[in-house]
Amino acid sequence: MFYRETGQFKSKYKEELAAFPLAEDKVGIAILLVIAYVFIPIFGIPGLSFEFTMGAIMIPVFIFTITTLGLNILLGFAGQISLGTGAFMGVGAYSCYKIMTIFPDLNIIICVILSGLVTAIVGMIFGLPSLKIKGFYLIVATLAAQFFLEWAFIRVAWLYNYNDSGGIEGTNKEMFGLIVSGPQSDALTRYFIVLTLLVLLTWLASNVIRGRIGRSWMMIRDMDIAAELIGVRPLTAKLSAFAFSSFYIGISGALMVFFWLGAAEVESFDVSHSFTYLFMVIIGGLGSITGSYMGAALVWVIPVLIKEIGKTAFGFDAFVMENFSIIFLGVAIVVILIVEPHGLARLWQITKQKLRLWPFPY
Amino acid sequence: MEILYAILIAPFVEMGSYPDLFIQALWDGFVAGTLYGLIALGFVLIFKASGVFNFSQPILVVLAALSLVSFYKMGIPAWISVILVLIMFYVLAWLVERLILRQLVNQDGNILFMSTIGLTFIIIGAAQWIFGGVPSAMIVNELGFPNGSLEWPMFGGGVYFEMIDISAAVIAVIMIVILAVFFSKTKIGRGLRAVADDHQAALSVGISLNQIWVIVWFVAGIVALVTGIFWGARSDVSFALQIIGFKALPVLIIGGFTSIQGAIIGGLIIGLGEKIFEIYWGPLLGSGVEGWFAYVIALVFLLYRPQGLFGDKLIERV
Repeated sequence: MFYRETGQFKSKYKEELAAFPLAEDKVGIAILLVIAYVFIPIFGIPGLSFEFTMGAIMIPVFIFTITTLGLNILLGFAGQISLGTGAFMGVGAYSCYKIMTIFPDLNIIICVILSGLVTAIVGMIFGLPSLKIKGFYLIVATLAAQFFLEWAFIRVAWLYNYNDSGGIEGTNKEMFGLIVSGPQSDALTRYFIVLTLLVLLTWLASNVIRGRIGRSWMMIRDMDIAAELIGVRPLTAKLSAFAFSSFYIGISGALMVFFWLGAAEVESFDVSHSFTYLFMVIIGGLGSITGSYMGAALVWVIPVLIKEIGKTAFGFDAFVMENFSIIFLGVAIVVILIVEPHGLARLWQITKQKLRLWPFPY
Repeated sequence: MEILYAILIAPFVEMGSYPDLFIQALWDGFVAGTLYGLIALGFVLIFKASGVFNFSQPILVVLAALSLVSFYKMGIPAWISVILVLIMFYVLAWLVERLILRQLVNQDGNILFMSTIGLTFIIIGAAQWIFGGVPSAMIVNELGFPNGSLEWPMFGGGVYFEMIDISAAVIAVIMIVILAVFFSKTKIGRGLRAVADDHQAALSVGISLNQIWVIVWFVAGIVALVTGIFWGARSDVSFALQIIGFKALPVLIIGGFTSIQGAIIGGLIIGLGEKIFEIYWGPLLGSGVEGWFAYVIALVFLLYRPQGLFGDKLIERV
């Protein structure tokens, strides 16, 4: 019924090393890309308005997928738990804002990438305790980062250019004669930029994870002492994981403010958001890139849809729906952990396995 | 030089010249520390007995305080409300064991930890739905706790001891003594320690894991109720209490995950440390440092003693 890995023979090492060695996988990815680049911009999601599709579903899901990818690199591949994700997104957003005020003519994409690099440095600094501290204890180190950075976003007025509101705000930015960011930008333009960055970053992550650095992360995750004994340096492995993960998280933070929300205050980066990103990783599946996509989509879209459906179809007030979606998220986490602790990615694998034998399982 | 003076000398000069303020700060830190310690105690109880890092302890504190106040507002006498809250916590403990923990036996610690975060979300949503999110005052007087404050004149000034804070400290001490006796002398307490040591060995000598879990979650619920009453008396009863609950994490780090006295001593270190730092060094950084200083103290401790002051020594094998 479903495709099989067998029977596809390779005659060159280069073919074995390809990102997608299976022909079916190539086709599948191509179809997904066509859907994302052509069908959704043209047709939207059936039953939902175009504005809602872009502003409340597609753009945030793509941005949070970048966040989830970043956190998954740290937690799923390198085994270092972090509750500072929200604040690291803040670092990305605030540093992007500062870079844009210092260099007003710089291309915004370059600003976003530079802010990712700034976040990577900050992440490395706050990752230093991980060399000595492990497991649950590391939660405290990352919470220290979270609360310290939140405090800094309020107290260090330089970060938001001493304005009275205490928040940061995007201005109109042009690229190739097109307004790509800010209040007057078109949702579709922003959608394409975010999508392209997501595709590039996914490609980068999948290759880094397959490579030497990625494998050293996984060795540290599986057993750090054993990894050290066979020659993995914990310092470089752990700090590179923190840097790489923070790079992604910083980029997603900058994108969130300048390509989605338009403006943000410190509340957008608080500790409850850190938990939401953690859920995206857990529900999606630790150590899986596909899982990062599924987790981000599920955790973000379901509450949004519940609220929307409750409001339009049943006329519940916002307070009830808000609480209902919180409860639903909690139940979803518990149920997924009970049914499949390895998340949606594993469920998808199991489904694939079952489909191969369907309709004649043995 | 000026900076060095401001950091190293000026705060101590200030402490010396206004000793009454210093003692007031110590007392405030002590009370806050006791309450941090109580929240941490709830974590420790569950971790000791089941190896679950129970993230929902802070929200249990909120739930206890909120439901107590709401029951009272419904016209139920204060002490009967307390009993109702206790019954509610017993039911909750039973449900948690039945619906969550029992399904996750033998899973990795991380998974259990995540499931308690899920539980936290369920409780937040349900509590907001049922009780509403409006902050309200704790019913301290109705529960029979003394009102007002003691003033102790000294050094030309005076130090105020709120009666409710004194009650909190006294009750915390009583509770810790009871728990220590309960853990070391009673049959159930020995069962709890056996389960903490080794699930399978405990099962093989006839200890019921399920029963132990219900009991320990219920005891953690009682601790949450006491904490909720006294935190609620210091600030209003609202979901903001949950953020304070996060402070229990550095406390745990300092005290160790498995030590009851560690939780209290860790609480005192954090409470006193952050109060003193906020008052004397905070202005240098622009105040509000209370939010993160506790974590910094914990980090410093961790770098020297990764298992906490009283925690079991970590032995790693390859």
